[in-house]
Amino acid sequence: MLNYIWFGLMAIALVVAAINGTADAVTRGAVESASTAVQIAIGLVGIMTLWLGIMRVAEAAGLVSLLGRALRPLLRLLFPAVPSGHPAAGAIVMATAANMLGLANAATPLGIKAMEELQTLNPDKDSASNAMVTFLAMTTGSVQIIPATMIGVLVAAGSRDPTAIIGTSIVATFASTVAAVVTARLLERFYPEARMAPAEARE
Amino acid sequence: MRAALETVSVWAIPVLLVAIPLAGIVRKVKVYDVFIEGAKEGFDVAVRIIPFLVGILVAIGMFRGSGAMDLVTSALRPLADATGFPSELVPLAILRSLTGSGSLAFTTDLVNTHGPDSLIGRMAATLYGSTETTFYVLAVYFGAVGIRRTRHAVPAALVGDLVAAIAAVAVCVWMF
Repeated sequence: MLNYIWFGLMAIALVVAAINGTADAVTRGAVESASTAVQIAIGLVGIMTLWLGIMRVAEAAGLVSLLGRALRPLLRLLFPAVPSGHPAAGAIVMATAANMLGLANAATPLGIKAMEELQTLNPDKDSASNAMVTFLAMTTGSVQIIPATMIGVLVAAGSRDPTAIIGTSIVATFASTVAAVVTARLLERFYPEARMAPAEARE
Repeated sequence: MRAALETVSVWAIPVLLVAIPLAGIVRKVKVYDVFIEGAKEGFDVAVRIIPFLVGILVAIGMFRGSGAMDLVTSALRPLADATGFPSELVPLAILRSLTGSGSLAFTTDLVNTHGPDSLIGRMAATLYGSTETTFYVLAVYFGAVGIRRTRHAVPAALVGDLVAAIAAVAVCVWMF
């Protein structure tokens, strides 16, 4: 899927550039995006290092498995393949909590940590497991209690009631998260999880 | 309610950064040693994301640079009009899944043009806040663990984005 989307975006760009005469803008888009991508990744180094260290402490202290066990019924419903005592369960809970509170600096490292834990349960390391897709759907849906960025934009524009969007955001984001997760669970049977793939199929 | 939520979001990180090692100390964990052990992976994880993020962001950058966004928007406009979806929000609904900074700029522009307390302004702000930048999350989260076959992740996330756009408009019409 991503193969086609990736190629499609670039191919369409080339065709449209030929019609619009925007080849230079396409070049600029490619070059600038490449360095932006590296800046974003390098920008993650500090918080990634911090949270991976803190999460290791949380694991050693038994907090991560405690969280996983506390929310066991919900986790079992969403992630049937994740054993309740597994660190993945606790990491998923922590990442989701950070997302809900709008703690962007913590949410990404914690989410990546959760993915790493899910990867340890994944038989095929190149292919996303059902649990990974469900977790990704949950993250892109991102239930947010505090849309801090947008409240800031509204305040800057001189809004008289900038927090009016808190209620609407909670409803919309809840709807999108439920839709994404339900779709993920419904679609998983149509995209079979890779078994022990035969050697020739992997190349 | 709002004050309580803001207090939580301001204090959450400092409290966690102390509370987690405190729990470790109580359980006789050598907290600093363990912290360093886990923290060592940070650099590798960030660097591992680079190829995935470059791939995705370059394709999106080219697509936007070419002006193809305008074509998609005008192609979708009749559909939006037929369903009562505000046509001002069509570009935002598409941009939101592709680029965080692009959709933030677009939302800010809509808010300033229509007014922060206008229906369109609130719809735009709600829409922005109701979903993540799907392709960025996809590249970063799957990139960090080296997943190349994404299976049904893209369709599921895009369904979520579509529902976010529709729900943002519907709930604003209903509440304001």
